[in-house]
Amino acid sequence: MMLANLLGQMEWSYFWHGWVQFGGQAGTVGGALLVAALLTYFKKWTWLWREWLTTQDAKKIGVMYIVVATVMLLRGFGDAVMMKLQQAIASGHSSGFLDSEHFQQIFTAHGTIMIFFVAMGLMFGLINLVLPLMLGTRDVAFPTLNSISFYLYLAGVVLVNLSLVYGEFGAVGWLAYPPLSELAYSPGPGVDYWLWSIQIAGIGSTLSGINFLVTILKLRCKGMTFMKMPIFAWSVLGTMMLVVVVFPILTATLFMLSLDRAMGMHFFTADLGGNAMMYINLIWAWGHPEVYILVLPAFGMYSEIVATLSRKRLFGYTSMVWALMAITVLSFLVWAHHFFTMGAGGNVNAFFGIMTMVIAIPTGVKVFNWLFTMYKGRIEFMTPMWWFMAFVTTFLIGGATGVLLAVPAIDFQVHNSLFLVAHFHNTIISGVVFGYLGGIAYWFPKIFGFRLHERLGKAAVTCWVVGFLVTFIPIYILGFMGATRRLDHYDPSLGWQGLFIVSGIGTMIIGLGVVFQLLQIGVSIWKRHELRDQTGDPWDGRTLEWSVPSPAPHYNFARLPVVTTRDPFWEAKQQGTSLYPSEYTAFELPKNTGLGVLVGGFACVFGFAVIWHLWWLAAVAVAGVVFVLVRRTFDDVVEYEVSAAEAKRLDAHAGKAVV
Amino acid sequence: MTLLWLLGSVLVIGVLVWLSWGHPFPLIQTRGDIANRQRDLLFFATLLALLVLLPVYFLIFTFAWRYRAGHRKEYKPEWASHKGYEALWWGIPIAIISVLAVVTWVTSHSLDPFKPIASQQKPLHIQVVALQWKWLFLYPEQHVASVNEFAFPVDRPVELTITSDAPMNSFWLPQLAGQIYAMSGMSTQLHIQANARGDYKGVSSNISGKGFADMRFTARAMSRPEYGAWLLHAVDTGNRMDMTAYEKLAQPGVSKTMFFGLDDTGLYDRVILKYMAGSTEHTQNGMKPTDADQPSPTKSSADEGMDMTHMEGM
Repeated sequence: MMLANLLGQMEWSYFWHGWVQFGGQAGTVGGALLVAALLTYFKKWTWLWREWLTTQDAKKIGVMYIVVATVMLLRGFGDAVMMKLQQAIASGHSSGFLDSEHFQQIFTAHGTIMIFFVAMGLMFGLINLVLPLMLGTRDVAFPTLNSISFYLYLAGVVLVNLSLVYGEFGAVGWLAYPPLSELAYSPGPGVDYWLWSIQIAGIGSTLSGINFLVTILKLRCKGMTFMKMPIFAWSVLGTMMLVVVVFPILTATLFMLSLDRAMGMHFFTADLGGNAMMYINLIWAWGHPEVYILVLPAFGMYSEIVATLSRKRLFGYTSMVWALMAITVLSFLVWAHHFFTMGAGGNVNAFFGIMTMVIAIPTGVKVFNWLFTMYKGRIEFMTPMWWFMAFVTTFLIGGATGVLLAVPAIDFQVHNSLFLVAHFHNTIISGVVFGYLGGIAYWFPKIFGFRLHERLGKAAVTCWVVGFLVTFIPIYILGFMGATRRLDHYDPSLGWQGLFIVSGIGTMIIGLGVVFQLLQIGVSIWKRHELRDQTGDPWDGRTLEWSVPSPAPHYNFARLPVVTTRDPFWEAKQQGTSLYPSEYTAFELPKNTGLGVLVGGFACVFGFAVIWHLWWLAAVAVAGVVFVLVRRTFDDVVEYEVSAAEAKRLDAHAGKAVV
Repeated sequence: MTLLWLLGSVLVIGVLVWLSWGHPFPLIQTRGDIANRQRDLLFFATLLALLVLLPVYFLIFTFAWRYRAGHRKEYKPEWASHKGYEALWWGIPIAIISVLAVVTWVTSHSLDPFKPIASQQKPLHIQVVALQWKWLFLYPEQHVASVNEFAFPVDRPVELTITSDAPMNSFWLPQLAGQIYAMSGMSTQLHIQANARGDYKGVSSNISGKGFADMRFTARAMSRPEYGAWLLHAVDTGNRMDMTAYEKLAQPGVSKTMFFGLDDTGLYDRVILKYMAGSTEHTQNGMKPTDADQPSPTKSSADEGMDMTHMEGM
């Protein structure tokens, strides 16, 4: 009895679900063990702890985000491949290789992972890499908080992968609509894994939002007024405003659903006064802005890439700022377009429909401004520019289908169909993923000191674009054939199988693109001396990050720059002036700390404890978080000083170190 | 290289056409007035979108070709703003979206699924209950019930009132009228009318658990005599639908097509009432029986606070 209480709802049976699931378990555990073994064999644990895990350097935190997000991308992609395979074979009497419950867990995991742990991870990673450099500052406003945010994200990642090993995942779709996600219909731990993995990661996102917002508002270098900020910084400003406003909604909503499930409350149950439709409103009040949270930074990256590689100023900067801010505000006013079919009536639907299509206006303006940035430029078609071209040519389709979906009377037909699925993959892959991959290609030399291999990069772009089209055009067509999303099998008389098979082939082509990218990184590391970025300015850049050596030193700037114009580095190069004062001054940098690791570790334990109703362990974990945070306040010296002379010495050697 | 791309594109398009040719396209091959208008609206909005898309495609490829490095066309690195041009591309999208906004406002009302279809004939009233994982159709006036299939006379408007005794589902009948959510404790409506006889396939388009993929139904638009025969056949099966039979049917599971005579014409209201505050306890396998003494509410009073038509302006 005592033991039963201690173990909560844990049971041995959750270890075994079948051979297909065993593959996932073995892969996860095996992967973790392999990494641990390699670290031990090469005696790299201390190095990992000192150089990476305890770092307060935003760039290194950014790299860790990107590494984790890439691992999750592979997992989310694996989920996609399984779904595609299932749908390609499960026509008629064949029920495929996945039972419906497992299939539903897979698409829930796919959506959750791709949004929360891939897209969000890449976004925060890239912002960490470049935002402080672009703003001409040495770090983010709160470096330790930044590291805590990362470890909360990592805690979510660990939980979501743990669900693969022990237990199950929600089989409810990535937004877990109640009443399906309530205890009555989903009694297992799957929904709890979903809840707590994104709950913990989401709190990290809120903290990051505050951090970057304050960084932009307070830490811009001397002379950088708002209207002189790079457009990427503007896009991050809009994004972080959204994060700070909407992530608390997510937190509250998930918390209420957790109370329903763990404490027998009735916020969103169908009966006893609960209102499941309130959940759907709340989750989309977060969920729609979330889409813009992901895509705005990508828009910012495209703006930087297209201006730099067209060797020309960004066209219509002021228009761009207005368009960004318009999108930021409008994104709050469109959430109900996700459920026109709830039947709220003509007035409500028309309002939300029209607000949605209004967003197409500033987005269209941005596209034209990008086009006219290319106009009368000298366009260098390097890999980042290929990503930009891939984006514009495919994203237009996604934008147009979005406008179709925004008309309520049309949405009544295509809602929840594969047409919708194709649409949002079209916006997320073309808009967000291409942007982030382009951003990685563009800023990689700044962080690592060598460029990425060009030909392999272009091969990757080609595979992604071709694969994307071959995957999703059949999915658009299937929507018109009446195929709904999330079907694990279908009737052969409908004639869908051929298209599903083509779509699966497309996914393989995307997979080839992923392989090319991994290969690109491998080959680039191999040939890093050939590909070395000697000047720190591989693209003939325009903004401050290109004015420091590559790889960017951990303190970013030995002397803080002073800017007087937009595109300050470009201007300085044109006029032969310097952005830096001649005098070096002393500055302080944060000391490494393991606080983030501890907070994230306890948060992860807490999540696991709540999922399995191990209340004693949950209490221990909360006490642990409180203890380490309080203990931290007793650390008097959390920074160290770099003297003026030391700064000068460091500056002289920066960028010379061979990787 | 260009040739390769061209050949590849033609090949892919060819394969896609070949694969989808001759198969049903319910969103295009519509057979009801509402769905016809939805489809026409889809075509109209697509054309409108192409008005922006085509010039952009033209411009991006032209600019990319013309201003590529090494081509040495005119180079104006400082040219970064032009009030007139910018006004143009704020203006054109605003104009196009304005047109679409007006169309949206009008059609959101004229094609509102709650809006009855104007007709000389009295609408046929059918109640729909989404169960785990089957659709129950109730004909309170004809005293008939059926599972996963319902019939109605062609050219006569049908008013479907829809609820759920299961996780949320969406009742989608693409060839006739689109879809509407089926939600516990609430009643939504979908008005349909078939312009041609035929069996039209419908599905649940919102995930509702394990058997969701099999949650299909057939809407059969019949001639009057056929419809009469269909009703008689349902009663002739000897199956009776009442609260007891309903409880059995509501157990989770996929079902074949079934027919019943309907004894309890207040069944639909009872299903909704189960979810009203505090009256009963929700259990995993559906609901415990409602209090038999509970008065069957008239439609208007049952709708208080749950009929979504009252939530307009929410």
